[in-house]
Amino acid sequence: MADRKIRVLVAKPGLDGHDRGAKVVARALRDAGMEVIYTGIRQTPHMIGEAALQEDVDVVGLSILSGAHLELFPAVIEACRDRGVAPENTLFFCGGIIPEDDIPALSDLGFRAVFGPGASTNDIVEFVREHVKAPA
Amino acid sequence: MPPSGSLQARFLEGDRRALARLITEVENGTEAGRAALRALYRRAGRARTIGITGPPGAGKSTLTNQFAKALRARGQTVGIIAVDPSSPYTQGAILGDRVRMQELSSDPEIFMRSLASRGALGGLSAATLDVIAVLDAFGKDTILIETVGAGQDEVEIAGAAQTTVLVNTPGSGDDIQAMKAGIMEIADVLAVNKADLPGADLLVSQLRALLSLLPDRAWTPPIVKLIATEEVGIDDLVTACDDHWEFLASSGRLREQREERARHQILTLARSQLLAGLMDDEGGGGRLDHLTRAVADGELDPHTAAREWIDQEALA
Ligand SMILES: Nc1nc2c(ncn2[C@@H]2O[C@H](COP(=O)(O)OP(=O)(O)OP(=O)(O)O)[C@@H](O)[C@H]2O)c(=O)[nH]1
Ligand SMILES: [Mg+2]
Repeated sequence: MADRKIRVLVAKPGLDGHDRGAKVVARALRDAGMEVIYTGIRQTPHMIGEAALQEDVDVVGLSILSGAHLELFPAVIEACRDRGVAPENTLFFCGGIIPEDDIPALSDLGFRAVFGPGASTNDIVEFVREHVKAPA
Repeated sequence: MPPSGSLQARFLEGDRRALARLITEVENGTEAGRAALRALYRRAGRARTIGITGPPGAGKSTLTNQFAKALRARGQTVGIIAVDPSSPYTQGAILGDRVRMQELSSDPEIFMRSLASRGALGGLSAATLDVIAVLDAFGKDTILIETVGAGQDEVEIAGAAQTTVLVNTPGSGDDIQAMKAGIMEIADVLAVNKADLPGADLLVSQLRALLSLLPDRAWTPPIVKLIATEEVGIDDLVTACDDHWEFLASSGRLREQREERARHQILTLARSQLLAGLMDDEGGGGRLDHLTRAVADGELDPHTAAREWIDQEALA
């Protein structure tokens, strides 16, 4: 009966309304057999924290195109951490339009991978499979 | 008492993260989940449960969002379960009902959980009743359960929830014919959502006509017009559900329902455990392979094969 599934939250913080990339990633993870909680556009850090908590996800993936990642992502991580969902117990990654120079700051925040616009969905699926915490 | 600091202890203290984790354990059928259920079912049974079902895109999530807010305005705490289908090919799922419920995240007294159907037919997942019990034991006053959108076969909800709301929308004229008595019979409340679109009144009269074809019952489902996106009609919906609850309580149906649910749960679990026992048994899978070939070769009929499989396991 025991049937462990990888649960992933795919969230889109910030004000830009383009979620095509996020949806492509959500579908790729679904097609890889994962359960993907998709929450739509314009997510506040608070909303993402609540979704991560209530859905008890193993993985949080953030997509951003607006360029506001350095302002928004620390707040997202904090909102998650306040609720017990932290890079120490949950796999965080992000993707979108993110300059190379910003990657070290994002790693320091706890993001284990940063995927640029050219990343293939296969890379993302493989990354999640490889790094998700082994089921307890 | 569970040891302090344990998942169950934290759950009993009202820790929402423990609640979220327990739902995962229960959904995955782990030993920790089963152990928790043994304790928690005794604490459950207090919550009211309301199922929201209807075709894809009818506005179930939008309506559930408004329903939850209306219940909160009445001082109730709320649990929400929303089920979406798993892909039969990959077993993966996209659970998207939160999109319409974002505003609820500002209220810590509302706990919303998305579940994948994981192969179950009928609009729910196999663990849904257990997850309802967990939210109930956590102390939620009312639990709203949004089914997979289907409109035909999602009848499981009628057995799982005390009150079933069937959501319909105008402009689905042909669907109404296709909808037939089957799904109508499980509805305790008929919601006509998207009443801002043309055809709402026509739909109301069609539903009324369909209802009149059903055999007489002690409860006649009220028909409620709604515009969920504009918060129109939500109070009427809450009132209709309250009226149904009064009917259940005063008629003794509530107790009958509870027993029906218990029996159904026992039978379902017994069936799956028996089968799992047969499969797990040493050599059970091998004997099944052997019988499979015999039936495929036309040497044995499937009825005898099933009988033999069970009997041999019993001997083994
Ligand atoms: N015009 C109008 N649109 C509505 C109303 N209620 C919901 N909608 C829209 O209908 C669409 C589907 O709404 P959802 O709440 O996601 O429907 P659902 O039944 O939960 O859909 P599934 O879970 O996919 O089956 C959305 O675009 C809503 O904005 C309404 O009262 N009027
Ligand atoms: Mg929905």
